[in-house]
Amino acid sequence: MSKKSTFKRITGNHLFFPLVCLFVVLVVNVIKTPNFFAISLNNGVLYGYVIDVINRGSELVILALGMTLVTAASKGQDISVGAVMAVAAAVCTQILSGGETSVTQLQNSMLFAMLAALIAAALCGAFNGFLVAKMRIQPMVATLILYTAGRGIAQLITNGQNTYIRVESYKVLGGYISGCPIPTPIFVAIAAVIVIALLFKFTTLKLYIESVGINSNASRLVGLNSTRIIFIVYVICGFLAGIAGLVNSSRIYSADANNIGLNLEMDAILAVALGGNLLSGGKFSLAGSIIGAYTIQALSTTLYAMDVKADQLPVYKAIVVIIIVTLQSEVFRSFIKKLRTKNTGQGDMAPGKEG
Amino acid sequence: MSEKLQSKASTKKTLSSTTFLLFITIGLFIVMYVAGMILFADKGFSKPQMFCNLLIDNAGLIVISLGLTIVMITGGIDISVGSVTALVCMVSAYSMEKSGASVYMALLFSLGIGLAFGIVQGFLVSYLKIQPFIVTLAGMFFGRGMTAVISTEMISIKNETFLSWAQYKISLPVGTVNKKGIFQAAYIYPTVVIALLVLVIVFIMLRYTKFGRSLYAIGGNDQSAMMMGLNVKRTKFMAYIMSGFLAGLGGFLFCLNTGAGFVEQAKGLEMDAISASVIGGTMLSGGVGNPIGTLFGVMIKGTINSLITTQGTLSSWWVRISVAALLCFFIILQSIIGSKGKKKS
Repeated sequence: MSKKSTFKRITGNHLFFPLVCLFVVLVVNVIKTPNFFAISLNNGVLYGYVIDVINRGSELVILALGMTLVTAASKGQDISVGAVMAVAAAVCTQILSGGETSVTQLQNSMLFAMLAALIAAALCGAFNGFLVAKMRIQPMVATLILYTAGRGIAQLITNGQNTYIRVESYKVLGGYISGCPIPTPIFVAIAAVIVIALLFKFTTLKLYIESVGINSNASRLVGLNSTRIIFIVYVICGFLAGIAGLVNSSRIYSADANNIGLNLEMDAILAVALGGNLLSGGKFSLAGSIIGAYTIQALSTTLYAMDVKADQLPVYKAIVVIIIVTLQSEVFRSFIKKLRTKNTGQGDMAPGKEG
Repeated sequence: MSEKLQSKASTKKTLSSTTFLLFITIGLFIVMYVAGMILFADKGFSKPQMFCNLLIDNAGLIVISLGLTIVMITGGIDISVGSVTALVCMVSAYSMEKSGASVYMALLFSLGIGLAFGIVQGFLVSYLKIQPFIVTLAGMFFGRGMTAVISTEMISIKNETFLSWAQYKISLPVGTVNKKGIFQAAYIYPTVVIALLVLVIVFIMLRYTKFGRSLYAIGGNDQSAMMMGLNVKRTKFMAYIMSGFLAGLGGFLFCLNTGAGFVEQAKGLEMDAISASVIGGTMLSGGVGNPIGTLFGVMIKGTINSLITTQGTLSSWWVRISVAALLCFFIILQSIIGSKGKKKS
């Protein structure tokens, strides 16, 4: 009996499902590429598949944090994050280059450019937040506006060109700090996670977000300002998307409005769902989403290793999303429950007939 | 024309706020078109052919938006339509050019793809009660990805039957007299006729059939619709199937117009279709919507497009941005009208 309850306790844990997914993907990876976990040190920099997954997954982790909050509070997703990344990157590179297409010297201070980019991203978030919280529009319809217009705005900011910043200091954010073998994006992701975790540790924001997500009317009656909480969550999401955009832009030391963060909104939603969070809002687990994000990244790496083209990746991800949401859906769950009770019911009946 | 008037009159009786929205839409279209005629009179904006081109360019979008309107009336949404269009174009192009299928086969494939999307998405939304946005978002990525799986290259269609369909001109009694004094009749392509036919069918279905009325009832309040004895799940399912089918058909019309298949095709079309419906007075919350409004929504989008291309110096990104801004404006307008209605009741 006690054995069963331990088993149940483990499988019932909210992190069980995400960890199993990660485990499965990793096992597949090890089978495909036996040296998956091998890490080597070349030129003072760490190399290896695992490092690559963790490094490239940084943006996704940052986005997934914001997406988790948005999902929890507003029962919907922000599909504009990829476009917001492009906007942030465009603002940053445009300020740094001062309007030129390719520069080898910074035209403005980097701090100023990055701050401006983050403010622009937060403004995008605020726009989404205004539509969702104040105008009470379904989150996905509201964010659809920036999803399509965002890249257009980014194009307008850069005048339709790809601006290149060929300055070493700009490449640090997406590359390496000199002397440190670990890629910088990993630190950025960790920092973002820590800041959000501390925010939840020392404020009641997490509780508020969850209660608004579970029942925004009841929360309002209890005295919570649901509108403001949802608004704040969207601003945070936009801000985080801005950080992700800067990291991504720094990797390619340019702003490619058409490709930065392309299809990442789907990955972020997937990460949230894989993390065991309900896409219909309410209680959430950041740890789950982070595990989910790395799982997706590992999955992408696997698919790339299997010669799947970048354009074709969405097919597999879409199938995974559909499977997860089907498993999560209440109708499916109750159907399974019914099936189980039916089976046990028949099992009870059969010996009765014999007797 | 009589239909339009009739619809105006009857909506006036029942829902004044929605009539208000429809009037704004039609008014906006007229204002924009007249402004275009005045500003770009020298560039041929005032010719009847310009108006026909508006219909020709947007025939596919009209059909797709009508499908979306049906789904939105039930309170759902379908953002996979753009990808379905891309997939349909690609499959048509590939089947005709690379595997030698006939046009009829390509058309069948197109409708089949649309139906398949509709059935799967409809099942997930109506019977498994998953949020329509998530389901169709997955559908959107799936469709776009599948397009890339078939081919990442652009395939242009050279099939003769296909081209003869696409270029069969239907002359209209109106037209212009050119400099030499020869009368040039304005023309449309068969795609426009099909699109308008679909419009009439959808209009009749929504207004005069039991199924059409139950779509509105479910969108208004699915709980009470169920208590009235309507089969909510099946009706929603049917709505998604229709939307999928119309997306397939619209995709084929789109393909007739563009004559090629490539991965990036029809990117953002879902946005155009949604904004056309919303601008045309379809409520995002469901229960309200009018196919005539949708037609005007599409025409407004088309007018913005031709205004910006005729103007010439503005980047094509402005089309996206202005449509998004317009959508935003109408959503906020709806939200205000909606909250007013709630306060009254």
